[in-house]
This record gives sequence, C-alpha cells and structure tokens, in this order.
Amino acid sequence: MPRIRIEVDGTTYEDEVEPRLLLVHHLRDRLGKTGTPIGCDTSNCGACTVLMDGLSVKSCAVLAVQADGRAITTVEGLGLDGTHHPMQRAFHEEHALQCGYCTPGMIMASIDLLRENADPAEDEIRAGLEGNLCRCTGYQNIVRAVRRAAAEMRAPAPGQEVTP
Amino acid sequence: MIPATFDYVRPATIDEAVAALADAGEDAGQDVKAIAGGQSLMPLLRLRLAYPEVLVDLDRIEALREIRDDGDAIVIGATATHHQVLHDPLVGEHLPLIARATATVADPAVRHRGTFGGSLAHADPAGDLPAVALALDAVLHVRSARGEREIPAAEFFVDWMTSALEPDELLVAVRVPKLAGPGWGVHYEKFHRTAQAWAVVGVACAVRRVNGAVEDARVALTNMGPAPVRASAVERFAEGRTISRDAFRAAGEHAAAGTDPPADLHGSSQYRAHLAKVLTARALTAAAGG
Amino acid sequence: MTEVGTPRRRSEDARLVTGRTRWTDNLQPAGTLHVAFLRSPHAHARITGVDTTAARERPGVVAVLSGADLAAEQGSLPCAWVVTEDMKHPAHPPMAVDEVRYAGEPVACVVARDRYAAFDALEDIDVDYAPLPAVVDMERAVQDGAPLVHEDLGTNRSYRWVFENGDLDAAFRDAPVTLERRYVQQRLIPAAMEPRAVLCEPDGEEFTLYSATQIPHILRLMLATVTQIPEHRIRVVAPDVGGGFGSKLQVYGEEVLCLLLARRLGRPVKWTESRSEGNMAAHHGRDQIQRLALAAEADGRIRGLKVDLLAGMGAYLMLVTPGIPLLGAFMFPGIYKMGAYSFTCTGVFTTKTPTDAYRGAGRPEATYAIERLMDELAAELGLDPIEVRRRNWIGHGEFPYETVAGLTYDSGNYEAATERALALFEYDKLRAEQADRRERRDPVQLGIGVSIFTEMCGLAPSRVLGSLSYGAGGWEHAAVRMLPSGKVEVITGSSAHGQGHETAWAQIAADRLGVPFEDVKVLHGDTAVSHKGMDTYGSRSLAVGGVALFNACDKVVGKARVLAAHLLEAAEDDLEFTGGRFSVRGVREAGATIQEIALAAFAAHDLPDGVEPSLDSDATFDPGNFSFPHGTHLCAAEVDTETGRVRLRSYVAVDDVGKVVNPLIVEGQVHGGLAQGIAQALYEEAVYDEEGNLTTTTMADYLVPAAPDLPSFTTDRTETPATGNPLGVKGVGEAGTIASTPAVVNAIVDALRPFGVSDVPMPCTPERVWRALNQRAEPEESAEPGAGGGLGSAGGAR
Repeated sequence: MPRIRIEVDGTTYEDEVEPRLLLVHHLRDRLGKTGTPIGCDTSNCGACTVLMDGLSVKSCAVLAVQADGRAITTVEGLGLDGTHHPMQRAFHEEHALQCGYCTPGMIMASIDLLRENADPAEDEIRAGLEGNLCRCTGYQNIVRAVRRAAAEMRAPAPGQEVTP
Repeated sequence: MIPATFDYVRPATIDEAVAALADAGEDAGQDVKAIAGGQSLMPLLRLRLAYPEVLVDLDRIEALREIRDDGDAIVIGATATHHQVLHDPLVGEHLPLIARATATVADPAVRHRGTFGGSLAHADPAGDLPAVALALDAVLHVRSARGEREIPAAEFFVDWMTSALEPDELLVAVRVPKLAGPGWGVHYEKFHRTAQAWAVVGVACAVRRVNGAVEDARVALTNMGPAPVRASAVERFAEGRTISRDAFRAAGEHAAAGTDPPADLHGSSQYRAHLAKVLTARALTAAAGG
Repeated sequence: MTEVGTPRRRSEDARLVTGRTRWTDNLQPAGTLHVAFLRSPHAHARITGVDTTAARERPGVVAVLSGADLAAEQGSLPCAWVVTEDMKHPAHPPMAVDEVRYAGEPVACVVARDRYAAFDALEDIDVDYAPLPAVVDMERAVQDGAPLVHEDLGTNRSYRWVFENGDLDAAFRDAPVTLERRYVQQRLIPAAMEPRAVLCEPDGEEFTLYSATQIPHILRLMLATVTQIPEHRIRVVAPDVGGGFGSKLQVYGEEVLCLLLARRLGRPVKWTESRSEGNMAAHHGRDQIQRLALAAEADGRIRGLKVDLLAGMGAYLMLVTPGIPLLGAFMFPGIYKMGAYSFTCTGVFTTKTPTDAYRGAGRPEATYAIERLMDELAAELGLDPIEVRRRNWIGHGEFPYETVAGLTYDSGNYEAATERALALFEYDKLRAEQADRRERRDPVQLGIGVSIFTEMCGLAPSRVLGSLSYGAGGWEHAAVRMLPSGKVEVITGSSAHGQGHETAWAQIAADRLGVPFEDVKVLHGDTAVSHKGMDTYGSRSLAVGGVALFNACDKVVGKARVLAAHLLEAAEDDLEFTGGRFSVRGVREAGATIQEIALAAFAAHDLPDGVEPSLDSDATFDPGNFSFPHGTHLCAAEVDTETGRVRLRSYVAVDDVGKVVNPLIVEGQVHGGLAQGIAQALYEEAVYDEEGNLTTTTMADYLVPAAPDLPSFTTDRTETPATGNPLGVKGVGEAGTIASTPAVVNAIVDALRPFGVSDVPMPCTPERVWRALNQRAEPEESAEPGAGGGLGSAGGAR
C-alpha cells in the first residue's frame, strides 16, 4: 500500500493507505477529522469541500494518494488560535445555516471564493457557490454572510484577528 | 459509495507514464486508465460504473501542465486544470472561446482539479470543451510507447464516451490554432436546467466580422449526438452574410442538420433539435456583437 | 419580555460552523462493525435464491444475512395510521424475504470490519430473481386486470377515504361556471443534506440506537413493538441531525436491522447510506393525481368543490403513509368560503419507493390545487386573480370561522397580508410591464403568480388525531430544571434537526423565568434525557412543544412563588415577579431572585410543609385546535418563449405566523421553505422508467437547486396572534413550501395565457413549457437513460 504524507490543519500525518481510499474517508475514518461531512456520490453537493494547497476541492472526488505531499485545510483548521474565521462569524451572524450539514463545505467554498474576488456582488457569490448545495436556507442568508465576511476581511474590525 | 480496488502508479515523467500504460495494458493485459484531476473519473469509480485495474496518476508530471505560445497556435498541456486555463493570459488573449466555455464547466472546486485534456479524453458528449475543441480545429497530441501521433479534433471524438485514444495512448497536449486576423468574436451558449446540471445543448461559436458581414464562422454543438457536432451547414449559411439578427436566426435553422440528439431526463431529441436552432442563433448574435 | 421577539443568533451555530459536530456517522465506538445493504435492482420480482457463501468468505466480513435469515426476528415495519377499517395493509419486512416490490428494497446485508470491506462483499452475493410486472402508473394500477403489487390483497387499492359536507349536486346544478382540471403532484425526494445513518451499540441486553431521525421517541416505541425488545431496554439518540423535511419522520427497516444485528453480533454496528441509496430507499413525497371540479357563480363566488385523488403509496405503507393525503383533505377549500365540498382519496400501491411525509405533507398538494383553480376561475371570468380571491376569502371580521371542511380557523387577516404583499411586489407596475411585453410580442414574457394560503399546523390535537384513527396523540412535553447554581436545564420532547430549538426554547425560558439567555441549556433528542415526547414534524415544535415549555416555566415560577412567600414572610398574592426576582408589592428592597430560591429549594433547610425539595417542573401541552398560519405570496416569472426557460425575477412572501419568538429563525424557515416549493415547481422530480427503475438516483439527475437557481426573496410578516395558545404562535416550518409552488406555476401560466396555455405540468422544465406553447409538437418521447451525455446517463462528471 502506498505510504502518504499529508498535512491536515497544521498537523502532518503519515499513513499507508489503499489507493482507492477517498480523501474524505481518510480524513474522517483514519484521522478522526469528522468536521468534514459527506453528502453525495457524484461531487454535486460540495458538503465535503476542503482546501488543498489553498484551493477548494471536493474531498470525495480526490483520492487520499492524490493528496500526498499536500496541505489540507478543513473547517476544523480555521481559527486554530481560538478565534473564529470571519466567514464562520458571518455565517453565525447572518443565520446562514440551519441544520449545518452543508456548512463546513459552504464555508470553505466561500473562503475560496473571496480569495479570487474580495468584493463579490450577489450574483457572483451565487455563481461561485454553485457547487455547494444547501437544503435549508434557500441560500439568501449565505449570500449575506459571504458579503459580510468579505467586507470584514477587506477592512478588519479593530481587535479582530483575521486568519487566512 | 466506494470505488473497487485498483493498483496505482504515479509516474514523474511522460515517458514513465507512457511506459506504465504499456506495461499494464499491453503486457499484463490489465484494464488501465490514466487519471488526471479525476473529476470525471472519481464519480464513475464511486458508483462502480468503471472498474480499472490500474490507475496511472498524471498529477505530478509538471511537463503536462504547461500552456505555451507556439506561434500561430497555443499549446495547452493535457493536465492544465480548468482553473489554470481560466487564469492563463495566453488563453485569455488568443483563445477566449476556451476561457468562456471553461468558466461554465462544473463549479470552482471541480475546476481546481479537473483538466482540459481530461475533459477531452473523457469524450462525454455533454461535456462543454469537446465542442469548443472541435469548433477551433484543435489538434490532439498523443503519445504511446509505440510513438507519437496527432489527431484532429474532428477525428478524436468517435462515439459516446469514446475517443480515438488507444488504451496505451496518453493525451499529452492540445494544439489550438489562434483565431487569425482581426474582428473575431466568440461565445459559448450553454443551456442547462440548473447551474450544476450538464448542458442540455451547448453551442460553441466564433465569428469573424469584416465590414458588417460574416467573414468566417466556426460553430460546434454540445450534446447533439454521441459526439460533438460541427454545425457545418450553419457555418456555410452564415459566411458572407450581412450581420443581422434575422440572418443569424436563419443560420440557426440549419443547426440540427446532421445531428443525432439524444433523449434523456433533461430533454427529448425533438426539443434538443429545436434548442440547437434557437441557441445557435443566439450564440452567433452574441459572438458577432461582441 | 425581552428575549421573545429578538433576533437572537443561534447557540447551535458554534459547533456547526467549526465542524465540532455529532453527526451519527461521526460516532465510532471501539469495535464498530459496518453494514452495507444489497438492494433490489428490480421494481418487482420474486426472490428465488440468495447465495451468500462467497461474500462470507471475504476477508474482514463478519456476517452476511438475507431476509430469510432474519425472517423469524425482523417483524414488520409499522404503519401508525390505519385510515379506514378496511384499509389494505400488507406486511412490510425490513428486509425482503421472498418478493421485492420496489427497486432499492434491501435483500441482504454484509457486516464487516470497515465500510470498504462491507461494500466490496455486496458484489459477491448472488441473488436469483424471477421478475414480475412493474406497476408504475397509478391510473392503470386501479383498472381491472392490472398487475398487482401485492397478489394476496387482490387489488392495488389500499383504501378509499371520503369526506363530504353540503349539497355538492346542488352546487354544480345550473352553476354559471364550472371548471374541471387534472393536476399531477409529481414524486419528490426530500434529499436532506445528511444522508440517513444508524449506529446501534449493545450493552448486554440493552441497546442504544443513534439515528439521524426526527422522531427518537416514536422510533423507540416502534422498535420495541417490531423487535419485541422491551421498550425500557432501548435508548434512542438523535444526535446532530442534518435536516429531515419529513424524510426522517420514519421507522426505517435499516434502523430495525441495525438493532437486530447489534443484538446478534454483540458489537456496535453502523450503517451510513450513500446518496444514491437514499434516493431509492428513503421515503419519497407527494405523488398524487388530482381530479378537481369547481362550481362558481358568475361573479366568481365559489359554490362547491369536488376533489378526487389518487394518492401513491408506493409499495408499502410506512409510518404515516396513508394519512398524508388526508392532511390535505381539510385544506383544499383553502381560505375560501363555499357551501359544498367533497373529497375522495384512493390510496394506490405501485412498485415504487414508499411515500410518506415531505415538508407540508398533504397541505402543499391541496393548496396547489385550490390556488391553481382560483387562477383558472379568474381567467375564465376575466377577473384579476387577486379580485377573485377577495370575493371568496374569509373576511377578517368573520373569525373564528368554521370551514366547509370542518375546521375552525381561529384567526387570520388575509386582507392585511395581501395589501402588504401587493405593495412590496409593486403589483400594478409589473402588470403594466406585462402588458407592454405582450404588446411588443417580446420573446420573454412576464407572468405574475398569486398564492394566498393557509395551513393547519401545530399537529395536533390528540382528540382530532384519534378521530382520524392516527395511532398516537399530538401533545408535547417539556421540563424545566433549576439547578442549585441557578442555571437552567430545559428538556423538550420536540427533536430538533436544524430548526434552532436550542436557541428559541432558551429565549422562551429566559423570559418566563427571568434568567439570562446564556444560563439556559436546552436538552433534546435522547430518550434517556428527554423521557417523553412526540418529536418534530408538521410545524408543531413551537406551537405545541414551545407552549409546553411556556407552561413548564410557569409551573416553576408557581412553585418558586410558594417558596418566596415563605422566605420573605409574605402572602403569595402580595408578591410580584419581574426580571427573575420576587418582591413584595410596594417594597422593592425585600426580595429573592429565582436563583436564590433554586438554591434554597436544593438545600431544603427551610421549606414550607408539603413542599418537595428542588425547583423543577414537567408540563405537557395538548392543543385544543390546530393553528392556522397564512400568507400572501407573489411571484414574477420571466418565460423565454423560444426555449421555455423560466427565470424567477422577484418573489414576495408576506406570512402571518402569529407571534414570533425569533424573527431570524422565522425568516430562515420561510427562505428554506420557498426554495423547496420552488424546486417542486421548476426542478425536482423522482422519475421512474416503465420497468419501475428510478432514473434520478444521483444529485446529477435529481436537480436540487443551487444558489444561482433561486431568486432573492422579499419577506415580511403581518402578525395576527393565534388564539389557541398563550404564546400566540402558529408555526412556520412548512409555510414557504406550501405557498410557493402554486405561486410559481401560476406565474408561468399567467405569462403564457395569451398563447392559449392554461397549464404546465410540474416540474415546469424548459421542455414542458416549450411543449405547452407548441402543443402541436410530437408527444414527448420516453427518455432513454444512457442515450444522452452527462453522469445521469452513466457518463462521467464534467
């Protein structure tokens, strides 16, 4: 079995894995990183979205072996210093989640969206989140949350740490 | 769901990749498949609609990712990601149709992993990029242990999910001619039921406008047959005509000629044939007006 | 009152935005085994043999069992709603034994050391099937000689249920206007984002079953009934649950089987479904064919309404399958006055996945029918659709109003909500634009859709449920525990799965007890903690469970008052209770806080005679009537007449849900409800082919809308308090879903009426809209899966 080395949320893990092991199963079942859930078979829902070397990917559509040597950031890796990421705060403030199952992926996709566009308009946010499904919110408050986080990240409020 | 087991090799060079394909396929008689971004293949593996015995992972072959200027053409490495293509200045300047269509492929996370060459090699008639490659007369560069060959896009897409690639062959790069001369406008018109859904029909279109008339038109259709279709009748009709909405509407009427549109959950053959006409007129108008 | 009415940010969010969640699939006790189910690829077949030998020999496989192996212990899955005495109610083994009746029905299972090993072994199970005819079309299924789903029943009709009031014949006789319509409520897949998951942990002869369920209490009782394991030896926990929308209001075979496997193997067993498994085997919703007739006066006043339904049960009756259409029986008259009404529902078996509750459950179907009919009536008479509704609705001054369907609507103000909605929508301006586009023959036409709805929610008064032969009551339980430190634990029998109970319940308790919001902890979803309850469905949590909590708080305050009087040496009547503090009227400085009293009650050093230590209470609330939220929804749709594409341009929802505990949560519920109702109108349908195969098994084919597919909503509220409970609340969970579907379809039809279009079947796909516009086009060909590209047809992802 291939031996892989992946950095996840700042910790390096070395494991022998079956080549067919999905990254998301590796995270959840082997590393205990259950913050990233699974919602579908076909990479439509985006619930499992994480950042790989800083870019959003659907961890159900990546093999663990393909992540060898890469750095993964999951929702659990945000605000490791004890503060929340502005996107996490904004989702809370704008009531952008209900059941919360899509939320980890939605937050990671939203962070990725702002990496490319620091001040997205509503339709740009909607288009940018097209790969993430939510069944509870109707997306309206998610759009608001992304705009709120974007504003805060462009001009951090005093005293509030902004983690990348 | 969970993929079936397979062996995995991760070559560092094109030569190693080609050798791996040959070793597994020709020599060991195994069902071998190259994986790049895996965004088409992974769902098939998970649903167990594909059972390769060996996966050859192209992810670490840097030479396959390069996008370069080659005089009258741009050469796009097979594993250049959609994200990379979208942000590449050469593509933006010389191949705006590719940039336009790529922006409609799947979603940002999939575009970070999925590759230009992978989309072509997968030969899904509902994929957006095969029609674009066809419209732009792209030439696909292929290597195997037996040697190299070049396959014009018109010969590459053979049938439903079937390309001209032999099992031991690797798509290494795609040479796309620049649109020569001034006055080109481009458009990719994608019609789908939801943002995530596949194109019911798509129209890739490039129009060269000279003195208010169509000097040159390239039109190809997505999901209007088991392979992308070059809408030659539309091109012939449009060329030389004075640009007007009516002219393009009339040109669009030829869009279904020679197509064999599928019927599935998202549209009947008849509806697709109708859509192709409407969307082709719109694509021509958008391209010429741009 | 400071908390109630405040847009308090939710306490639940802290764990959900950080990934520190407890989804069932996250739980992994030592020694956990994993279960995978082999499911029938046939809609209908006899099982002639199951060979598990090869699968059992695979490494890591602990057990492989077929239905026959479990036949002696697996029992039959329950149906708690026997709607008529002669209802046909077939046995429903959790795992098929000798016959399968829908594609996706479990036929065998593997238990293995990990999920990969379990899944792999499924391929080595050999099942022999003798195919039987599929029964996919309800109208054909009820014809003589149709193939039968259950041969032994002799019919595909499960039941026929009738309600009649008034003289319908007289209403239709010589009526100046009569309309007859046929509408189809397509099958929907609820598609909660969290797939189903079950973990069962044995401890000797006792079992803790974790499940992604909406109904831990009902599930516990039913598991005991089905398996004969005594109820007190089963604990059910619903940890974090990722949405339900009715799909987790169920007692699933997989839950029963995990319990049986844990008992058999003595180890924890876990099963987590894949999305494609869930699409096939978690229950579906809707699936009705509605035949409607309406009689009206020349001025548009309704004389009578006749409803004849075929309601798809699917292959079996599950927990409340047969009752779902009957929840709509009382809602077809909507907000309107009429003298005669008749409702007939025939439950029909087909070889498809069983149906059951999906958000709205019976009421969206009814509301769709009446609101579509109102638009048809308006068109017939050349009236504005708002005007025809005005002429028929129950006036604000007429409440309480007993409807022709036998319900008493306690309150409502349709005028106010409609006026507000029209103003927000800019109705007149949009009508002007519509006229202009018609004039210009713009290829993109504009349509305006109206839907004015009410629903019965707060399910439900136990006596009413009893009269409908439902198997249980509709009360809810709450308990309040004041801890010695003055902190508060609230226990609710309502089981949240995304609604925000932990926040809203704390707001109610904080106000009633006069304690800080942060000092209240809400406990739910575990039968060992919340010992009784009726769980969450039917927009009942707040209107029933919230009121139970309100009452439990008042009981605590009542007991505290006795203690305070004792401690302060004052008469109880002389005490006032404000801001969490008792004081003697007129003597502000003499007082005791409720926290001080909680400590005194804990210490018990100085309690009045007959008063027990500790400060806590239990309460149940059983409403005397349903509550009746209502609202006016307006939708503007642009319809591309060349392609058939519909784009929603604006959507206004003015809802009256009575008093509001948390406006943030209410708005969120409306948004989400709208999304699901719009999805029924435009995108979603569970499609079966003629052989009974579900062709929408993945999210590539079952089109749940993403952010770009929905408009931004304009929402507002009017507030007419419910009279049936002290909080004045009505419920909001289903409102948006109920109202929005007809609003959207009405808008589409409105856009196309000048082209002679009077209906577009749902979902209104571009092709269906185009076909409605080009009715001379060839009939729709049947889809050939595999013919087109894309994953749905077994192609790849992009």
